[in-house]
Amino acid sequence: MFKPAAWLLCLAPLAYLTYSLYQDPGVNPIETVTNFTGIWTLRLIMITLAITPLRWLTGINQLVNYRRLVGLFAFFYGALHFVIYIVTTFFIEGFSNFDASGLAADLTTRPYIIAGFTAFVLMIPLAVTSTQGWIRRLGGRNWNWLHKLIYITAIAAVLHYWWKVSVKLPPVNPRNYAILVAILLAFRLWRYFAKRAASEV
Amino acid sequence: MLIKKAADLKESEVTPKELFLRRREFIAAAGVTAAAVATNGFGMLGGDDGEAAQNPAAQKLTDLKKSPFSTDEKLNSYRDVTTYNNFYEFGTDKADPAKYAHTLQPRPWTVVVEGQCGKPGRYNIEDIMKWAPLEERIYRLRCVEAWSMVIPWIGYPMSEFIKRFEPTSKAKYVVFRTLVDQKQMPGQTEPALQWPYIEGLRMDEAMHPLTLVGLGLYGEVLPNQNGAPIRLVVPWKYGFKSIKSIVRVTFSEDEPINTWKQQQSQEYGFYANVNPQVDHPRWSQGSERRIGEFFRRKTLMFNGYGDQVASLYAGMDLRKNY
Repeated sequence: MFKPAAWLLCLAPLAYLTYSLYQDPGVNPIETVTNFTGIWTLRLIMITLAITPLRWLTGINQLVNYRRLVGLFAFFYGALHFVIYIVTTFFIEGFSNFDASGLAADLTTRPYIIAGFTAFVLMIPLAVTSTQGWIRRLGGRNWNWLHKLIYITAIAAVLHYWWKVSVKLPPVNPRNYAILVAILLAFRLWRYFAKRAASEV
Repeated sequence: MLIKKAADLKESEVTPKELFLRRREFIAAAGVTAAAVATNGFGMLGGDDGEAAQNPAAQKLTDLKKSPFSTDEKLNSYRDVTTYNNFYEFGTDKADPAKYAHTLQPRPWTVVVEGQCGKPGRYNIEDIMKWAPLEERIYRLRCVEAWSMVIPWIGYPMSEFIKRFEPTSKAKYVVFRTLVDQKQMPGQTEPALQWPYIEGLRMDEAMHPLTLVGLGLYGEVLPNQNGAPIRLVVPWKYGFKSIKSIVRVTFSEDEPINTWKQQQSQEYGFYANVNPQVDHPRWSQGSERRIGEFFRRKTLMFNGYGDQVASLYAGMDLRKNY
């Protein structure tokens, strides 16, 4: 088991961010932190989704032991991203003035915010039910179905990024993430149909 | 052991005279900032209190007229102004222009003037710089992406520039184009936008006393990443209207299709007036982040220049003409 190493790897981006901001906050540190936590949420979602296909391809079943850890870290970075967006966007000139109607407008009328919010909210039940206790309570079959919500989170997260970016060129390139998500989900479809075909024989 | 003497620099060579003479203003501004930080701990993130560190090699611009149009708000630092730029000719990241704009050669430089005017021709930047007394104009700049800065521009009124060419009665618009040269502007090898970058103003907007021919900032000629050697500055419109590194000026009967409108006409229009009532389809324009501040502030109609410019748009539906 390499759990401590996995913890450190998942925390490394945050450590890097903290260190680089300490070295030089740059001109717009809020934008830096928002973009950084957002992109790492997406990357950790991708890694979470890659674990099962990697298991199929390599036969290394122990990989599944890391899936919950990486998934919870995806949620952690997503929560940071969400809180930073709320605090730095809707408090106007101080903590005493919260622009609730501005938040409501964002959550109801702006596709990229709706997509991002959907991606985040759907991760909440997954984080809550990530324990052994919840797997028992729900039963493996129901739990498995519930946790397929991660597919919607992944698609919504890519849409969020896609709609946010005006010009899709490196280094800000949502296309690569869209392709990656498509491949990771295609694995599931392929497996699903392969299994069905096998059971019909 | 060789002990080197400190470089032979006089104080006057390090700090431009104008800024040196204004040092008390900076000290006063710093005091105000300290007070602001004391009362609002979240007010500043790495602010630098009117810092005037500049490019020592850049040509200094002196004997600047003060302007009643200048704001007395706290300036963004030279670093803010010169390392956080949208100038896709050098890359789409805001740090790219400061990294890559050294390939731009702002001298020699000519501006071609053409179209509906009495004096078309090619004009040399050295002459253009002398056509009117240089002024310092401290303006707010509001980007369409909902951030803003306060910048001490140097230039002179666009009206002084335009009058020279004797536009005819058919000249309803003035159209500006940026240089196209992949060697000088490496970002143009990517199809980020259609090149050249094009912007335009209605003639009355261009002749408005707030509209500036931008030739410098912070006491020196424009740094390359800020649109050297000549750019537009229109403080009541979103930053993308203020086109950089201009090589061509066309007096036209017809409204041009400006670059961002061509790119995404649902999101960016010809007028692009700062307007907290009309949101960008993807985000609110009701508030903005002043660079250096933690909390957002409310966006002002016409970026706070409504008293001067609102009459230009009397009777117009600004929701349609965004």
